[in-house]
Amino acid sequence: MQPIISVHNLVKTYASGFQALKGVDLEIRRGEIFALLGPNGAGKTTLISIICGIVNATSGTVTADGHDIRKDYRAARAKIGLVPQELTSDAFESVWATVNFSRGLFGKPPNPAYLEKVLKDLSLWDKKDSTILSLSGGMKRRVMIAKALSHEPQILFLDEPTAGVDVELRRDMWEMVRALRASGVTIILTTHYIEEAEEMADRIGVISKGEIILVEDKSVLMRKLGRKQLTLHLQAPLQQIPSQLANRQLELSADGNELIYTFDTQADATGIASLLRQLNELGIDFKDLHTSESSLEEIFVSLVHKR
Amino acid sequence: MNTYGISAIYRFELARWFRTLVQSLLSPVISTSLYFVVFGAAIGSRMAEIEGVSYGAFIVPGLIMLSVLTESISNASFGIYMPRYSGTIYEVLSAPISAMEIVIGYVGAAATKSMMLGLVILATARLFVDFSIEHPLWMVSFLVLTSITFSLFGFIIGVWASGWEKLQIVPIMIVTPLAFLGGSFYSISMLPEIWQKVALFNPVVYLISGFRWSFYGVSDVAVGLSLFMTLLFMTACLVAIWWIFKTGYRLKN
Repeated sequence: MQPIISVHNLVKTYASGFQALKGVDLEIRRGEIFALLGPNGAGKTTLISIICGIVNATSGTVTADGHDIRKDYRAARAKIGLVPQELTSDAFESVWATVNFSRGLFGKPPNPAYLEKVLKDLSLWDKKDSTILSLSGGMKRRVMIAKALSHEPQILFLDEPTAGVDVELRRDMWEMVRALRASGVTIILTTHYIEEAEEMADRIGVISKGEIILVEDKSVLMRKLGRKQLTLHLQAPLQQIPSQLANRQLELSADGNELIYTFDTQADATGIASLLRQLNELGIDFKDLHTSESSLEEIFVSLVHKR
Repeated sequence: MNTYGISAIYRFELARWFRTLVQSLLSPVISTSLYFVVFGAAIGSRMAEIEGVSYGAFIVPGLIMLSVLTESISNASFGIYMPRYSGTIYEVLSAPISAMEIVIGYVGAAATKSMMLGLVILATARLFVDFSIEHPLWMVSFLVLTSITFSLFGFIIGVWASGWEKLQIVPIMIVTPLAFLGGSFYSISMLPEIWQKVALFNPVVYLISGFRWSFYGVSDVAVGLSLFMTLLFMTACLVAIWWIFKTGYRLKN
């Protein structure tokens, strides 16, 4: 199937000389939820901004549903809705006025019935006459989503949709994104929360320093990345790992005070219980323990190093 | 042509204006009234007629132009600067709407406002002094042309400005002095000869002269030249705007 968005050799060099994108190639499949992960400054927002027409690319091509975003910008942009990272809206407008404005701006004739549905789906209908200024942060974000959906786009970009959003709203947002996908909308979201990508995405792309360093199905990636570590702080330092434990994924810290066990969260048995039993049998006491997950930042570092 | 898009921007801009209609209309009306009280009644009564027109009536076209110029610039520059400042410009830039359509929306709304303001001031002036309009069609044409031209100019300032101070600097430092020295309150022929020549480098002279001609049939420069200079300035603004969108200057980076 033809990809709904295809990005080819996209380069962006800002006037300051900073190269935000260094030849990005990316294809988004029709109807999927694609999560673009990357640390701050990796180029996520620049990439989205170019696709949506907010920033001019230095070179390279992008097509949206087969339409070149430069030559055929009207057709391309009409397909795309964007929810930007920043909550920017016209504070003194009413919710109803602002969604109607967005729809008109995108060249669509008025359709109050459709906009009513959008606002109802986002639990905004009873706020339709309120000014945006009077809404809470979570509500404002929903208004941004309503604006993006007002012209019935086939592709929706969500730039950090849950940054600074409380847990409950985050869950609502996930529900809403799934419902949109079910209605046939392709969704591209950026995030730096790995759980979010894990929860939502069909495929995940990782961008770092202006380059896409990996694009993979979520299930494959999660297996690769889903490593966790258990650190045991020992009562008495060990000289070396006892031979009985040699077959386990254990490491000893340099001072011999910490025993580090790496395990796979996706596996059926993590082996923690049996490890602790075995330590007990061997008479190795520990005073504290904690588990840690590789953070996304660490994962990026390891990914970048591997290349 | 994205007519829904143009009308969305146009109506959005007018809605913003209507929300503050009282300030928007009242303050220019009050300041114009003050000019008439001071220059028309107090000082004007001691001044001789200028080319057969009483001084109070003589300053009417200049005062209207003064307000139309400054209001066009401030409306249009604020209209485009505000979304740049708040970030809402992203939506306009990501919409399937051409540069020309964006300009029609913003500049059209700003020009509409200043034309309405010009007419309100005209009506206010009628309360203070008696005057007639010899060439009403020309009067309207000059009003429309000036509103559009200076709204285009304001749009450029709104794109160029990188802060609130810069938004004010051009109107205060350049446009207001040019308007005051452009013959709002006097005829260029009243100046010493050397300054008459200098005055001809002031574009506002041509606007006010042409506008005054449409009222009383008297002018400092030929009306054709006034029209030509106005159109020339408008073309210059259009070229600048074309360049802004072509390069994405201050909008797309």
